Amino acid sequence: MFMSRWITAVSIGLAYARLCDAQSPMLGEPVSEAELADIDYVVLPDGRGLPSGSGTAAEGKDVYEQHCLACHGASGADGINDRLVGGHGTIDTARPEKTVGSYWPYATTLFDYIRRAMPYQTPGSLSADEVYGLTAYVLFLNDIVDENERLNADTLPAVKMPNRENFVWGYEPK
Amino acid sequence: MSDTSEQVPAAGNGLLDRRWFLKSGGALAGATLLTAKAGAAREPWTSVPGTGMSESGPPSRYENHLKRVNVGSQPGTTGAGSSRTPLEHLDGIITPSRLHFERHHSGIPDIDPDRHRLVIHGLVDRPLKFSVEALSRYPTVSRIQFLECSGNSGAMIAPEPVQGPASQMHGLVSASEWGGVPLSALLDDVGIRPEARWVIAGGADAAMMSRSVPLDKILDDAIVALYQNGEPLRPSNGYPVRLFLPGWEGNMCVKWLRTLKLTDRPAMTKDETSKYSDLQDDGIAELFTFPMGVKSLITSPSPGLSLGAAGVYQVSGIAWSGGGRIRRVEVSADGGRSWADAALDEHVLPKCLTRFRSPWRWDGGPAVLMSRAIDESGSVQPTRAAVLEGRASNSFYHVNGIQAWQVGADGEVRNVYV
Repeated sequence: MFMSRWITAVSIGLAYARLCDAQSPMLGEPVSEAELADIDYVVLPDGRGLPSGSGTAAEGKDVYEQHCLACHGASGADGINDRLVGGHGTIDTARPEKTVGSYWPYATTLFDYIRRAMPYQTPGSLSADEVYGLTAYVLFLNDIVDENERLNADTLPAVKMPNRENFVWGYEPK
Repeated sequence: MSDTSEQVPAAGNGLLDRRWFLKSGGALAGATLLTAKAGAAREPWTSVPGTGMSESGPPSRYENHLKRVNVGSQPGTTGAGSSRTPLEHLDGIITPSRLHFERHHSGIPDIDPDRHRLVIHGLVDRPLKFSVEALSRYPTVSRIQFLECSGNSGAMIAPEPVQGPASQMHGLVSASEWGGVPLSALLDDVGIRPEARWVIAGGADAAMMSRSVPLDKILDDAIVALYQNGEPLRPSNGYPVRLFLPGWEGNMCVKWLRTLKLTDRPAMTKDETSKYSDLQDDGIAELFTFPMGVKSLITSPSPGLSLGAAGVYQVSGIAWSGGGRIRRVEVSADGGRSWADAALDEHVLPKCLTRFRSPWRWDGGPAVLMSRAIDESGSVQPTRAAVLEGRASNSFYHVNGIQAWQVGADGEVRNVYV
């Protein structure tokens, strides 16, 4: 009798402990749309997340020469840091040269990365128009867009990168 | 010294039965035995009181070589580069936090934890932001696990063996006790929408480093880590909050974690497409090769740790697998012709470094030492040749081939291909 009451008490205790395990302290605070806009930098390959604004290679050339040339070189292929231009047709050879033009599968990635991380010394200093212009200029140097082709949230995701079809997925989410 | 009659051979060229350590009490030829001389003059440190207590304990000044190696950055930058763990000078499985390897894309940010928020948004019912203080109040889990850059050991693709310390080639792996909040708990709070499949993680560094992570991994065992080896994360490891994905590419474990956006597809970020993809020699590149393969490395002897006189030595190293626990490590002293089981230290934990040891009687002649790990799923560490098969010439991620160390008659150790 005493024992069974004790067992009941223990069972209730265990059940309560399990309930507590499943309970969250719920300490997150709501986020406003304005706050989200400030921190959401995600750009998807279909263009979701791209901001308004636009740019052409012709407009991006000046920005490139001012902010990018020191590390990536005048041609985009002769800098001290990552090569952006060239290497077309080398990816399946004994000496693959991975550049934006020869390797990258999505043009949206270029906008996403520049906006997040470039210029290296002053990330976040460029306007959306300037990032579109730079994106267009690097694609122009790779003969992927024309000098006056205007890139924006609609046209950038439509740019087909030459190496797009040569990627496969090693993991499919369950 | 133990009786040599107890040295039961286990494989060619002097490898002994792993149980020899137990029989001999671990005493090795060549090891220095400290013997007190009764009545002799005291050494200086026994003749005067030592220094006092301090707020933080540095290593002995005689261990000044215990430093990260290959500390370097890309041209024109100070913080886009890496540093490596001095594996050959460590024992056990825990990497001291100050020696954990680094790979940063735009330096180490100096984040004020009171102003930092982790925001979870996207395909959720309620986007929420969490302060560091709030995260620290959630039920915390702790696990001892490895973290490895998927570019680790990339030097093994070089046509000729690169010469240098083991850490120079393989030091982009470390292990720590990581403590933090299971992400599944935080996702319960925000409510996952049915169409969500991916989580785009973003850092609060100047590069806003980002990677796409499958939602199923996030729900399985991902944590937002707040603690490393019992203390708050070091800034070089993501202070105040980092993503930790057990067994998966280090690059995905985004440091200084600020945003987690749930989406229906991956973002195809710079790192997951142009960098951490595996190019084959036919021009096809594989994206999203997340788990780190089964691997092992002999850390002693290794280049720079040369042998002295012939005799019994301890061959020691680390083994790990993104697939789970290490089941078995074999060691060869004859370039892979014969193998003996190594002894595993007591702590054999899932997705963690496991320390192995083999007694080896070096006869003073040439030898080639190798180790081969097998994990609990039965995956066997491949040869270097097998890893390179079908790979593009400059494709250096996920290199987990067997490392061979050649011991010369002079006791010097060199990297060789067998």
